[in-house]
Amino acid sequence: MMHEANRRIAPLILAAFGLAVVPFVTSDYVLHIAIQILLWGFVYTAWSLMGKFGLVSLGHGAFLGIGAYVSPLLWNYAGLTPWLGIPIGVLMAVLLALIIGYPCFRLRVIGHYFALVTLALSQVALLTIVAARDITGGSLGMTPRAVGHSWYALQFPEKPYFYAIALVVWVFGIGVWHFVDLGTGRAALDAIAEDEGAAAAIGINVMREKLRVTVASAALTAFGGALLSQYFMYVNPDTLSGIGVSLQIVFAAIAGGMYSAFGPTAGGLFTIALPEILRISMGTNFVGAANTIYGALLVIFIIFMPRGIIGLVERRLAAPPARI
Amino acid sequence: MDIFLLEAIINGILLGGVLALLALGLNLIFGVIDVVWICYAELVMCGMYMIFWLHGFFGWPILIASFAAILGVAGLGMLLHLLVISPILGSAPINQLLATGGMLFFLQSLATLLFGTDFRNIGLRLPIIEFGDIFISYSRLLAFGAALIGAVALYLFLSRTYLGIAMRAIAQDREVMGLMGVDQRRIYLITSAVGGALAGLAACLLVLQYDVHPFIGLSFGPITFMICVLGGLGNMIGGFVAAFVMSQIIAIGGYYFSIEISYVLAFVFFIVLMFIRPQGLLAR
Repeated sequence: MMHEANRRIAPLILAAFGLAVVPFVTSDYVLHIAIQILLWGFVYTAWSLMGKFGLVSLGHGAFLGIGAYVSPLLWNYAGLTPWLGIPIGVLMAVLLALIIGYPCFRLRVIGHYFALVTLALSQVALLTIVAARDITGGSLGMTPRAVGHSWYALQFPEKPYFYAIALVVWVFGIGVWHFVDLGTGRAALDAIAEDEGAAAAIGINVMREKLRVTVASAALTAFGGALLSQYFMYVNPDTLSGIGVSLQIVFAAIAGGMYSAFGPTAGGLFTIALPEILRISMGTNFVGAANTIYGALLVIFIIFMPRGIIGLVERRLAAPPARI
Repeated sequence: MDIFLLEAIINGILLGGVLALLALGLNLIFGVIDVVWICYAELVMCGMYMIFWLHGFFGWPILIASFAAILGVAGLGMLLHLLVISPILGSAPINQLLATGGMLFFLQSLATLLFGTDFRNIGLRLPIIEFGDIFISYSRLLAFGAALIGAVALYLFLSRTYLGIAMRAIAQDREVMGLMGVDQRRIYLITSAVGGALAGLAACLLVLQYDVHPFIGLSFGPITFMICVLGGLGNMIGGFVAAFVMSQIIAIGGYYFSIEISYVLAFVFFIVLMFIRPQGLLAR
């Protein structure tokens, strides 16, 4: 038993050490990519909390957008530190998740319909941000007022700081994923995903279980959005809100594999590293080439590998090669 | 009554025609194959590019170019069905939704790769009709008329022809129709072609009013789904009514507030109505 546990933990410690050492051995460019992978990986993980139980939300662009905009707005117009602004943004996202989630679950809006209601939600968020262009800068985006290196403003021009933050947050996201996966709610949520009526009949509180996972997912997504805006020091409605981002989140989580803890992060690695590699190898002559290949791969993934990259790897590892 | 409000309402009705036409094809696909083509508006975008190149670049007469585009998009619809939908017909509905969502991304990026992000128009501007003090664009009127004709033609096709009846029957009971000797795969393929052709027809009408660029689908796609769902997915008449309700919200909202706010109102209306009448506007 002990031996088994050691074998599982040893590679994790090794991996943690490897990740911690990254900023000391690489360039700012690699660090920049790594931070994006970790932060987006965190957001994708947050989405998969719902996704793996059949709650396919196309509304996460709304939660991400709220998280990304509230804190910079409060900072620019009220001088409120992100240490308070980010929790406020997260709370607002949670509130929105409840406003949409409660009636959806009460009235049993599921499947296609849940996806389309949440899709409308992400469009509402995007259009509201664009419409409020006097304060949000509309489609042009906005920049949080820069003050240089500051803990108070949560601004760090040096990349290793943000790498450390992103790493801690990402590990936290993986932790939440495991917490949900190992907790009692998981069996209940699996049952709900299979057959909601039957689950309710055997005494599962469908509403409570669904709302809990929805709130957790929305809160983490908004938190991820806040950190993304804090890191990039720029927010734009098209890259942080709306249907495009919602689809990006869903695809990355699915491409990576939403049924494994590291799947969504693998999706992040794939969706951020692939365009970078394609861009470097093909130059900027072919605008859109990277995305075209990415889009084609997505469709192929969904058709042939619904469990994603990590799902495929796990299956290979689980099934020992046949002996002749 | 305020003359500008009246103009907004009339333009709303005309916009409703275009939206109804867009919803028609999507509704047909959903009703028969039980799949939502998230990339439907991107097929329209492809059609608009076809017309742009055939008419604007190769100089084909506009009518022939339009006809070619309708056939072209019908072909794309069949390809989409054969390559993407049919391999996953048996899997979870949400996978089908996402696979076509992947196609949305693919088509958008491919258009960016091939044509760049420039806004292009075919350089054909139809006159604006002045009616009292009200200005109505001729192209919108044309789109409205075509939407009505398209809806009636589709209705006749579905209710009077063998193929159309087979399509509706399949939508009602997939298993039994197989036993009755209807080839499901063939019906699905034809439905995809008809759905594609309707997207092509929408492209012909939209290209008269809007510049084409790779992301134009995003301005019509979401509202089209909302309309189909609001009308009750697969319910043609419901979709038609919903198109006009939504277009009025957009037109009048745009008159009183701004165009973004009007879309916000439309989407919020959609969300609220999904809670009140999840089966659609016309559900009993």
